[in-house]
Amino acid sequence: MSAEMLPWILVLPLLGALAIAFCGRWPNLREGISLLTAVTLAVLVFSQAGGVMDGARPYILLTEPLPGLPIALSLEPLGMMFACLASFLWIINTIYSIGYMRGNREKHQTRFYVCFALAIAAAMGVALADNLFTLFLFYECLTLSTYPLVAHKGDQKTLASARVYLGLLLTTSIGLLLPAIIWTYVTAGTTRFTLGGIIDGNLDGPAIGLLLGLFVFGIGKAAVMPVHRWLPAAMVAPTPVSALLHAVAVVKAGVFAVTKIIIYIFGVDFLFAQPSAQWLQYAAAFTIIAASVVALYQTNLKRMLAYSTIAQLSYVVLATVVLKPLSEVGAALHIAGHAFGKITLFFAAGAIYTAAHKTELSQLAAIGRRMPITTAAFTIGALSMIGVPPTVGFVSKWFILAGSFQAENYLAIFTIIASTALNAMYFLPVVYFAWLAPPSPDVDMNHGEAPWPILLALSVTATLTIVFFFFNQPLIDLEQQLVQSLPLESRP
Amino acid sequence: MTLSDHLPVLQVIVPLLAAPLVILLRNGFLAWLASLLTSLCALGLGSQLTATVLAHGPQHYHVGGWAPPFGISLSVDAFSALLVLLISGASCLALAGGRLSLRRDIDNRRAPMFYGAWLIAVAGLSGIAVAGDAFNVFVFMEISSLATYILIAGGRDRRALSAVFKYLIIGTIGATFYLIGVGFIYMMTGTLNFDDMAVRLEGVIETRPVVIAAGFITIGLALKAAIFPLHVWLPRAYTYAPNAVTVFIAACSTKVALYVLLRFNFAVFHGNLLGHSELFSAFVIPLALSGILIASLVAVYQTNLKKLLAFSSVAQVGYIALAAGLTSASGLLAAMLHMFNHALAKGSLFLCVAAFALVSGDTSLKRLQGIGRRMPWTMGAFVIAGLSLIGVPGTAGFISKWYLIVAALEFGQVGFLLVAAIVVSSLMAVAYLWHFVEGAYYGTPPAGESSPMEVSLPLRCLIWVAALSNIFFGLFPQLPLALARSGTSALLQGGLY
Repeated sequence: MSAEMLPWILVLPLLGALAIAFCGRWPNLREGISLLTAVTLAVLVFSQAGGVMDGARPYILLTEPLPGLPIALSLEPLGMMFACLASFLWIINTIYSIGYMRGNREKHQTRFYVCFALAIAAAMGVALADNLFTLFLFYECLTLSTYPLVAHKGDQKTLASARVYLGLLLTTSIGLLLPAIIWTYVTAGTTRFTLGGIIDGNLDGPAIGLLLGLFVFGIGKAAVMPVHRWLPAAMVAPTPVSALLHAVAVVKAGVFAVTKIIIYIFGVDFLFAQPSAQWLQYAAAFTIIAASVVALYQTNLKRMLAYSTIAQLSYVVLATVVLKPLSEVGAALHIAGHAFGKITLFFAAGAIYTAAHKTELSQLAAIGRRMPITTAAFTIGALSMIGVPPTVGFVSKWFILAGSFQAENYLAIFTIIASTALNAMYFLPVVYFAWLAPPSPDVDMNHGEAPWPILLALSVTATLTIVFFFFNQPLIDLEQQLVQSLPLESRP
Repeated sequence: MTLSDHLPVLQVIVPLLAAPLVILLRNGFLAWLASLLTSLCALGLGSQLTATVLAHGPQHYHVGGWAPPFGISLSVDAFSALLVLLISGASCLALAGGRLSLRRDIDNRRAPMFYGAWLIAVAGLSGIAVAGDAFNVFVFMEISSLATYILIAGGRDRRALSAVFKYLIIGTIGATFYLIGVGFIYMMTGTLNFDDMAVRLEGVIETRPVVIAAGFITIGLALKAAIFPLHVWLPRAYTYAPNAVTVFIAACSTKVALYVLLRFNFAVFHGNLLGHSELFSAFVIPLALSGILIASLVAVYQTNLKKLLAFSSVAQVGYIALAAGLTSASGLLAAMLHMFNHALAKGSLFLCVAAFALVSGDTSLKRLQGIGRRMPWTMGAFVIAGLSLIGVPGTAGFISKWYLIVAALEFGQVGFLLVAAIVVSSLMAVAYLWHFVEGAYYGTPPAGESSPMEVSLPLRCLIWVAALSNIFFGLFPQLPLALARSGTSALLQGGLY
């Protein structure tokens, strides 16, 4: 429970990566170490949760390379949740990866597991960052360590897509996020995450809106349009990597960073009173609607899911910029809720690819007859995306909507309702098609379910998507702490 | 007097005396070993000197006990100590890491001569760093240049001859300009000693010869330092030199010219010439900016890894010049830091290149396709050093870029434009490095060369030590920071007599 444990949360996956690299010759041992590291990490992370819930905020300074810019770790409710989420999903994702990578006879599996562990270490660093500088450091590590995963196949098409992935994320982070951090540092004298923000009194007027823009578009991982292109491009990666990108770490690190910056750098009350910051909700609303509409027209399953993710990420951004206590809780919940739903969907897509080598929506006719468990899990994930009870997607949407009503923000309310309809329009036909459509004669139906590790993984996440609907109190309690110091009516 | 009192002169004397002895050795290996030991010795002396300077402030030394106006005086402040560390460190790194590569590039019969020239270059470069008067700087500059020409042309690649001829001509023009400038100043002040010069110039400021001298000296040294567009000698010289030589000269030779440039402009002219800051900024900043942007862009389109890195060096010299051109204390601090950090990154990168060349025999990007899979350890080190070159946080390169950006923001309205240029060129660095890294990891190796084939374990260890030092100094930059801080204040005080 002590602050001395925090560095181990980073070191553990690094050690795991090293051990995996040395055991590359013995696949069983290698995967065993992967799994063991994941479980140990999750135990370590969850052991911190109790303390944080009781109000502890462990903090440790690692080094201070530049005066006023320390590399330091600390835990607060939002980071705690992200760390728990990523470390827990890593276990399931590892089980799934074992099934997927073996089932598809992928090459370079050692590199895959090493980079995966490195990416998790970077994600832990993002979760535990005590200031913007540390966050930026690990954010870049996350980008770099996921590049080999996205480029895993190594053919020309994959490389071109991976180049888009790396280019866009690095360009935005170095070109926009870094200047934003420097600007914050120069005006506020610190980059430390402080409840209530550090901008208040240091910056005023339209500059606030500009700084917010640098942050939001600089964090390309949050995929607010127009910096979303990397996400569909990254669909060339193997499915466990897509799950990592969409659910476990990468996009979550993006929206997590945006939320954290709005709460701890700008301060919710301060930003609420700034007219120049209002544009962000329009940008988020536009992204939600536009991405949903684009998703309607996709014919490839994974691409459809990618655009769905873009829309769902902007839910989090929108919820954050509604700037009401309930919506902040909703944003935090949605980071977790979307993760469970989306990882189920990707696991299902990967299962279908592994068992039946199908990637297009048109090939899915009647697949429910051959792969009932997978299709059932897919259905649950789709329902959670739409926000139908009893799935976790409903809970977070409830909080976001409640916050929007609190703020009387009709733009947010309208956007959420419209996008719910759109979500239903592109998910339900797929579900219907997969269960009830007659099998088409020119599609090969000679296959069963995917290997058992895949099935195990997707069953667990699908179950959790439902279980979370009923047992979400600890998480809500935790995230309530985010806003406890915020008065319910913050406007003068 | 104990031995430690003689540290400044030993820095020059040790390699200078070792050089003829090395030439007498008949065997290439022995000559290499002797040079390495001498370099290590120089590094040890340099560390001792640095510790002394940090603890007790600048050291002054009178050669033969003759006081300054008549004898040769050496003076070492933190900035000089930084340079001394760079020179001796780069020499050790290049010699230790380049044994196999040198054995292949250098004819065994001529090897002792080659290593003799190497040590003379070390002595000359160190001499520039510790010299206390303008004329001895010139003498040591000539010594080091002549020796460097031999090093570059010493390999088997005949293209190095034309490259070195170009370098020779341009280097001589630079040195001549410098000498003309020094002559003018001598004419007006009657002294060659930096400290005296700074004092006596006060009486003759704004006389035309002094202004002309400043112009000649600045341009002459800019030629030597390869500040864009005076860089034309550099890419070919770096590319066709033996690989180990490139490690050495890329890490320190342009830095030494920059050192003299900064010393002259800040310790001597800055406090005396009216409007010097504005003039210097107006001259250097546009050149540095265009260098940063154009050289980075050119690097993106290179097909030879060594040439690519050479153009990147031109861009990085631009960073240092830009930082100096801000003519503020924070700018100088950034410049000195970047000298250190860039030497660290470039030295490591060229060392990796030397290792690649050992396996693939060539450094064209085409031949190096798939090298990352054949040499995963070396390639990993290359990526780490490359990140430092880009300036990713957590690496040494970030530290100096951060100080550069802070200094640029202090510069006023233009500062934002400068920051934008720095950011853009960092992205270009991503582009040109990735151009190679991607092919190295995912490209198809040339036919028949796909089996893993790493270099020897000691070399791999050395490469990794060099690469990890980039991360070490990114997380714990206290040493270079202390040197740069103390160097900056010493330099600016020198101008305030």
